[in-house]
Amino acid sequence: MAVRKHVAVIGAGVVGLGIAYEALRRGHQVTVVDPSPAAGATFAAAGMLAPVSEHYYQEEQLLALTTESARLYPAFLQGLGPTGHQTNGTLVAGFDAGDRLALEELRRAQLAQGLQVQQLTSREARRLEPGLSPALAGAFLASGDHQIDPRALAAALLAALAEGGAALVRRRATAVVRLPTGEVSGVVLDDGTRIAADETVVANALAAPELDGLPESVRLPLRPVYGDILRLRVPPALRPLVQLTVRGLVRGLPVYLVPREDGTVVIGATSREDGSDAPSAGGVYQLLRDAQALVPAVSELQLEEATCRARPGTPDNAPLLGRITVGGADLPGLLVATGFFRHGVLLTPVAARICADLIDGMTVPAELLQFRPDRFSNSMEGSQR
Amino acid sequence: MEELVIDSVTLGSRLIMGTGGAPSLDGLGAALLASGTELTTVAMRRYSPDTGASLFELLERHGIRILPNTAGCFTAREAVLTAELGREALETDWVKLEVIADEETLLPDAAELLEATEQLAGRGFKVFAYTNDDPVLARRLELLGAVAVMPLGAPIGTGLGILNPHNIELIASRASVPVVLDAGIGTASDAALAMELGCDAVLLATAVTRAQDPVRMAQAFKHAVIAGRLAATGGRIPKRRHALASSSFAGRPDL
Repeated sequence: MAVRKHVAVIGAGVVGLGIAYEALRRGHQVTVVDPSPAAGATFAAAGMLAPVSEHYYQEEQLLALTTESARLYPAFLQGLGPTGHQTNGTLVAGFDAGDRLALEELRRAQLAQGLQVQQLTSREARRLEPGLSPALAGAFLASGDHQIDPRALAAALLAALAEGGAALVRRRATAVVRLPTGEVSGVVLDDGTRIAADETVVANALAAPELDGLPESVRLPLRPVYGDILRLRVPPALRPLVQLTVRGLVRGLPVYLVPREDGTVVIGATSREDGSDAPSAGGVYQLLRDAQALVPAVSELQLEEATCRARPGTPDNAPLLGRITVGGADLPGLLVATGFFRHGVLLTPVAARICADLIDGMTVPAELLQFRPDRFSNSMEGSQR
Repeated sequence: MEELVIDSVTLGSRLIMGTGGAPSLDGLGAALLASGTELTTVAMRRYSPDTGASLFELLERHGIRILPNTAGCFTAREAVLTAELGREALETDWVKLEVIADEETLLPDAAELLEATEQLAGRGFKVFAYTNDDPVLARRLELLGAVAVMPLGAPIGTGLGILNPHNIELIASRASVPVVLDAGIGTASDAALAMELGCDAVLLATAVTRAQDPVRMAQAFKHAVIAGRLAATGGRIPKRRHALASSSFAGRPDL
């Protein structure tokens, strides 16, 4: 490590906590600011670490980030408490012929990117997962797609931060402090307190654009994409319901079932931009209907929880990550890490690595820095009439 | 090519785009621009106009007119409430009326559709009625005050094309309001056929937004709609059972 710095992280979702943890590991002094840690999208997330089955047409650029983060995960978790990390792969199923065709075509695009997706016969799929419906049209195995329990991960990160002497300030940040020279030098809290910091990391998801003190030229185009997600308990007689993460396309709609070690299963997730922040009845119905189409015994489970949270969406589905350029140079003292949309849990290790490397003044590979937080600022201004 | 006029509004493009199903906002924006569309429809039940950096901002930035729709409504009552929501939020009395019978087929419920059309027309809405490919129903909707009728080619999202070309042609030939072929379009030739059958415009979403390369497909539909319209108005040759040389010795018939 070059210099010991004071790093202030705004936002204690899994991304902010991951960045704080990495900074602490590298010997920096760390303060995390959040009125309710790990209560946002982190609380809802299923925790699929799925660079393969999440890959979609025309999102090749994002792949550099997702595959690198998946690669970093085991090392990132070393030294942390239990996180529910499971590496036994993901089974992808198509409900009807149209779903199978869509998955087959997507698989071609995934294979073209060097990702591994194996086609299974329905007999092979049901040998792996006897609980699958006998009437599915097709199945694939993405053995590189893993899972983690985001709530456990956040708890483990919080514990490690506390143990390492990091401060957790349970208040809302209202601004970043700007010096007359322009550089950022800390955080202002909602009670007026200032926390001085050498590096301030904006990782508070959808609340980021509301912070005062950010350069006016920078626009962070975030929007809430709500997701409904369910947690159900599998009665002992039915365990295990499934052993692999099961993702499926059911009449064109995506659904997944993620089995946890504690005998629960997570079923998700809808994608809504209707502005409603409570679990949607229609969303819950759709998830249960489609999950049951894949795994009929879903109807025998105990419904423990229906949760709704907003994902921080960006126009190109990729994060806002790195430093901000003002007047041709990077603004000192400020890092942005938000807009992780559906990939926050997966991208936590790589975001932590990138931010820590930038804090330490190290060189970060160009393909990991292509999602600069200011990439929308100029085009947005230019095209506004 | 003569422009499309609906409710005294002139539209330069005869392709109307839906917004559902796009994987990203940026991708949707690029596809909309590539399609050349001047009118796009948005589900009021799916998108809140209140959130930042949203779909509505994108449409406003590109100067594309919004036709709010009532997708997801199963009763006339829900449709009317949703239409009011759209009118309030977007300050337009245009509404694309969808009243769906069931999730399995997403087919219009004819009885509720008529009821909702009558109610909405009475409340001053300009109703674009999404309807079955039924010439009788299309006529009834027009009589109840619809400013455009929008028969389906095939159920929403299926990409099956135009399943009953004869009915579509019949609807187009009898209507005195614009006829927009809506739903079921899979590829460019489907859109061209709709225009050749006499439709005034084509509305599609899934065929672009869920395509592997949405921009390329948007371009394809832009050209297909132009080609179909030109063919519909260019006076196609009659179909004959026997060959007819393109340069004949007889020359032009001297009548």
